[in-house]
Amino acid sequence: MNTELALENERLEIKLLLQAIFLKYGFDFRDYTSTHIKRRLDNRLGLSDLANFGQMQHRLIHDEAFFNELLLDLSINVTEMFRDPWFYNKIRNEVIPHLQTYPFIKVWHAGCSAGQEVYSMCIVLEEEGMKSRTQIYATDFNELILEKARAGIYPIEVIRDYTANYQQAGGKRSFSDYYSAQYEHVIINQELKEKVLFSSHNLVTDGVFGEMNIIFCRNVLIYFNKDLQNKVLKLFYDTLCPGGFLCLGSKESLKFTDLTDDFEVVAEREKIYRKKRRT
Amino acid sequence: MSKRQKTIASGQYQAVVMGVSAGGLLALSKILPELDADYPLPVLIVQHMRPDSDGFLWQHLDKLSRVIVKEAEDKEAIQPKTVYIAPPNYHLLVEPNRTLALSAEERVNYSRPSIDVLFETAAEVYQQGLIGVILTGANSDGTMGLKKIKHYAGLAIVQSPDSAEYDIMPCSAIASVAVDHIVPLAKLGHFLNAIAFGSLHG
Repeated sequence: MNTELALENERLEIKLLLQAIFLKYGFDFRDYTSTHIKRRLDNRLGLSDLANFGQMQHRLIHDEAFFNELLLDLSINVTEMFRDPWFYNKIRNEVIPHLQTYPFIKVWHAGCSAGQEVYSMCIVLEEEGMKSRTQIYATDFNELILEKARAGIYPIEVIRDYTANYQQAGGKRSFSDYYSAQYEHVIINQELKEKVLFSSHNLVTDGVFGEMNIIFCRNVLIYFNKDLQNKVLKLFYDTLCPGGFLCLGSKESLKFTDLTDDFEVVAEREKIYRKKRRT
Repeated sequence: MSKRQKTIASGQYQAVVMGVSAGGLLALSKILPELDADYPLPVLIVQHMRPDSDGFLWQHLDKLSRVIVKEAEDKEAIQPKTVYIAPPNYHLLVEPNRTLALSAEERVNYSRPSIDVLFETAAEVYQQGLIGVILTGANSDGTMGLKKIKHYAGLAIVQSPDSAEYDIMPCSAIASVAVDHIVPLAKLGHFLNAIAFGSLHG
């Protein structure tokens, strides 16, 4: 077998499949990191009775339920509450004091997944006395995931880790104040959800929808190629008010991007940036 | 030392991937300082570590080594004479355009970073130009990846179990992959130099 040719053909099939998804359903994965896409598709192929990506393309065009499953595969929904506790410490100690100076703030969680990081920020804002003058927008391209985020129900096994994170992140109360346990699950308290508007937004294809004081987009950009990273960072730049904050994942950076000169670094390790005011 | 005859010419190989778990600090501290200052290949390493580890490992290894040792960054172009260590809590992958990519997706073999993820993606990109090395460790991550490297006609090297602090990972690889070379820790650095510079005929 000529492995090189087989790989080349497979890459072509994946390209056509992504084109088919875009034309049929409007979701654009063509500028995602190719290795990432291949791993996710490979995974679905292994679980299916399909022989190759050509067959998968045919299936997803004709079978919307199959496509919806694939859509879940293509988004990474691994996260936790207070993920990287040191990050939330920095938010509390260095960013909140700036946000306190505004009469009202808007927060955007872009790529909010199942809501864990959204509710983490809600807790911080609550404990810092800012909840009443905040509006939080939490968006994701995946409706199924948004449903989960709205529900705010998480398996009880993860609560121990979340609690440890909360404490390390400088939490001021008991973490159990924020949820109630029911059998195998915990549900986030309704009061915490009050200020959050969950809605569908696709970073690849949708535009600016309001002026924000702070944007969280952590561990999303790593799945995009450089061109798409630049495009999305430009969207964030245009969305932020002057002096607004941008928070990326701990291994994401503005270094080597088109926007590197448009932001100042607030915290290097925590990947917190601030939009420069025009001089 | 060699299980199968294989002639190795300079320029045949384009990259080295290394997987290591328990006992890794000692093994890497022995191997990397032995790499020649002009080592012509990039070396990509997955060392299992705690999600909240700091940069001690790569900084320590960089001080000991003549080649550059750094933490792998997302979208970074892969360069020779450079050792890239996967950051804690992220998978390290190789893109077809020979840049690095990071991913926060699910753990593989209970591990993030996972050796299999690095090896499998690198195997598809470098194919017969890839050298895979499995070192000490107490689990079997890396075995599937090494198999994939062999599938694409790359070279499979395993640290000899009796020279490994933990021999489960080397033994697992040897048990299920047609390994080309089983090399004791003391000789691994020299061995990797010899292959890269083409002075070894296996």
